[in-house]
Amino acid sequence: MADPMKIRATLQGDTADVRILMRHPMETGTRKTSSGVVPLHFIQSVVVQHNGKTVLDAQWSQAISQNPFLGVRVKGAKVGDKISVTWTDNKGDKRTDEVAVSAGS
Amino acid sequence: MKQLRRNFLKLSGGAGAMAVAAAAGLLKAGSAWAAPWNKSAFESKAVADVQKSLGAATLIESKEITITAPDIAENGATVPVAVTSKIPNTQSISIIAENNPFPLAASFDIMPGGDSYVSTRIKMGKTSDVRAIVKADGKFYTAAKEVKVTVGGCG
Repeated sequence: MADPMKIRATLQGDTADVRILMRHPMETGTRKTSSGVVPLHFIQSVVVQHNGKTVLDAQWSQAISQNPFLGVRVKGAKVGDKISVTWTDNKGDKRTDEVAVSAGS
Repeated sequence: MKQLRRNFLKLSGGAGAMAVAAAAGLLKAGSAWAAPWNKSAFESKAVADVQKSLGAATLIESKEITITAPDIAENGATVPVAVTSKIPNTQSISIIAENNPFPLAASFDIMPGGDSYVSTRIKMGKTSDVRAIVKADGKFYTAAKEVKVTVGGCG
């Protein structure tokens, strides 16, 4: 099972600023080690949901950096709203994490 | 088949279900709510082919798109890129690193409720233009920014 994501969602006005840090090797399929080429292994799809409603549906390639960062903004959010993030990689592994929107400073 | 898929979703990533799903060729079961991966666009090696695969026949240069990226990236393995579109009804934002072996890095579909802003970190093999293609109201807009890379990140 994949490692958990770090998600932070803070409210700024009526928009939630969501910052997501995923843990994933994001192998390009071209990196070589002493035991040969490391096979392609990367996150293909990321879905961000706000209270169960999809607000962002992303498709990625192997060109996204290792341990990917994603920043998005969700309009019409309130403190306590649920933001959930799901990623799926090219090996079928997936991970979902959820966080509540907190009040901004 | 249907039953299997339900199990798959219920367990959401349980190793057993995953193996069954993989064996049954249901690896795409996750796309129950996600758009199918645009294979032809992501495997294109030329920017023109990417553009074609995205369905963008003509691109309109736009000043309403802001690309935030460093002028000089010391490490090509992590180049922070943020794209903001002020075009009304922005439906999708695609990020392209023109000189990468596979130029299309990411494509974001923005649903109602999402703001037309995305920020991420990409790998860049060498110095090139980072191009954003924004789809809004069925039209395609574009903007580009050059990023100089001192150490490539596609090794």
